[in-house]
Amino acid sequence: MSHSEAVTSLNHIPCVAPYGECAVRVFWDAEIRPDIHRQVRALHEELERRPFPGMLECVPSYAAVTVFYDPYTVWTARKQGDFGRDFSAEDPVYRTIVSLLEKRAAALDILAVSEPAVVEIPICYGGEYGPDLEEVARHAGMTPEEVVKVHASGEYLVYMLGFAPGFPYLGGMAESIAAPRRETPRSAIPAGSVGIAGKQTGIYPLSTPGGWQLIGRTPLPLFRPTEDPPSLLRAGDIIVFRPISRDEFRRLEQSGEYAVSEGASGAEASQAEISHGEERL
Amino acid sequence: MSITVLMPGMQTTVQDLGRTGYQKYGVIAGGAADSYALRVANLLVGSDEGAAGLEITLSGPVLQFECEALIAVTGGDLSPSVDGVPLPMWRPVLVPEGAELRFGAAKSGCRAYLAAAGGFDVPTIMGGRGTYLRAGIGGFEGRELRTGDVLPLGEPSEAGKQLAGELSSSSGKPFASVSWHADNRYIPPGRTSLTVRAMRGPEFEKFTTGSREFGFRRPFEATPQCDRMGCRLAGSSLVLERPVDMLSEAVAPGTVQVPPDGNPILLLADRQTAGGYPRIAQVAAVDLPIAAQLRPGQRISFLEITVEEAERLYRKREDQIRMMKQFMKISPL
Repeated sequence: MSHSEAVTSLNHIPCVAPYGECAVRVFWDAEIRPDIHRQVRALHEELERRPFPGMLECVPSYAAVTVFYDPYTVWTARKQGDFGRDFSAEDPVYRTIVSLLEKRAAALDILAVSEPAVVEIPICYGGEYGPDLEEVARHAGMTPEEVVKVHASGEYLVYMLGFAPGFPYLGGMAESIAAPRRETPRSAIPAGSVGIAGKQTGIYPLSTPGGWQLIGRTPLPLFRPTEDPPSLLRAGDIIVFRPISRDEFRRLEQSGEYAVSEGASGAEASQAEISHGEERL
Repeated sequence: MSITVLMPGMQTTVQDLGRTGYQKYGVIAGGAADSYALRVANLLVGSDEGAAGLEITLSGPVLQFECEALIAVTGGDLSPSVDGVPLPMWRPVLVPEGAELRFGAAKSGCRAYLAAAGGFDVPTIMGGRGTYLRAGIGGFEGRELRTGDVLPLGEPSEAGKQLAGELSSSSGKPFASVSWHADNRYIPPGRTSLTVRAMRGPEFEKFTTGSREFGFRRPFEATPQCDRMGCRLAGSSLVLERPVDMLSEAVAPGTVQVPPDGNPILLLADRQTAGGYPRIAQVAAVDLPIAAQLRPGQRISFLEITVEEAERLYRKREDQIRMMKQFMKISPL
């Protein structure tokens, strides 16, 4: 049994608190850790499997699940007895939701959480696609080839998606290739750009201004609004990067091929092998 | 069945009540900033409350109707008129083919809403018809309206058709309307100061005593940096007792978050799905429409209420909307 499994078999009890009258937060210690994130995923999956009446959606993040609901629907459903006899129709609605989520969180089976999908993302490093690779290499005291090797040999955990549609907040980058943001942000970073900022690495799904050091680009679209789901990645996925040539980049870009391996093939990719910094956006 | 855009206005977009279930992918909820105004506008023309309408910002568009249409304009008073005659707001109005709807001076509020019977017939994407400006999708071609756009309208409901039929008998004016109107008291006319009710935010306790008091006592001023994502406020600078270790997590509409410069940001419909700033307050859902009508230069104060009180207000508001649905069903002419 790996270290991480030993840790994750423990069920940490989270705090549950109202966030306004239309949402409740379930949150663990504010740390970026795979074992905490496994709890986040477990609760998120449980709530998606068994939503309560009036639940609108729940959003997983590093160490919290935010549950949005319509208080009116909850109130109506509770009056009809849909929440069972444990919940008084006289109580404020949020108390019912807080106590329901406390029960669900306490009863979570962490080991039953689904195996993460391993998603391979092809990247063409350097050149026109990664204009800051040399700068990152200089900062790290490495050759550009060494930076690519380090970056492409990591396994990265998708803690959450946010900032832009399909944008993954990743953990797992080796600190040896950390680099400060650019002093002058670019006014437009092309979609698919792979960058480094501090101890984090990320991929821009949309063209946006930004100050990250760009080391490469992927031809894979991360945000696909007409597909279901509209995002290549989900919270809990594991990402691996595969270096590709410029020719392959152009071929993939034109063909629209996706090199995505889902589920079982990646089941062996243990989160224990991923080293996690304390990076933040 | 369409409307032609003769002039687009400052920022006019197609909006509905937003997208549900996609925030976990980083896709914003979006939708009408003032959802109450859009819901009411839709109900007034016999549509589903979540049908797509136009959100019109401060300086409105000029629109030409290519067909007779039952419409309603709600939200902020941006001086709508049809062929030069002031258009009464918050009620169903039948406008003839060829009519020109024009917006003028912004008398109150910041955003007006136009509903047309049948709704604006734009494609549904990720469960919504609203414009997602940053991603360039949804609404009409994923963008703000431009001169020359032709906006298709859907098929009006039976209730909408019946209402239009009854209104068409009264003629002689550039449009036909009714003598009553829906409740619009939440947008105070001509006032430069707004008050919204708010609860303590998740990190409220982490602010200094002074900041906690100021947050709920002193008014803030809306800076020019206001858009559909949120409104940057200025006033008392809010500071934390000590630095807080915050990780990014989901945020809600109406969240008042405080970046390191101490000037709070009030989040609206197009907020990013996640944030990492301490949250001092959370505006009650019933008062989000007021927040959405805040204009740069206006003042806003936060009045503290409990979650229980916010729930009571929420229930009352939803009961009102349900009553209005019933009222529209019995054909109120």
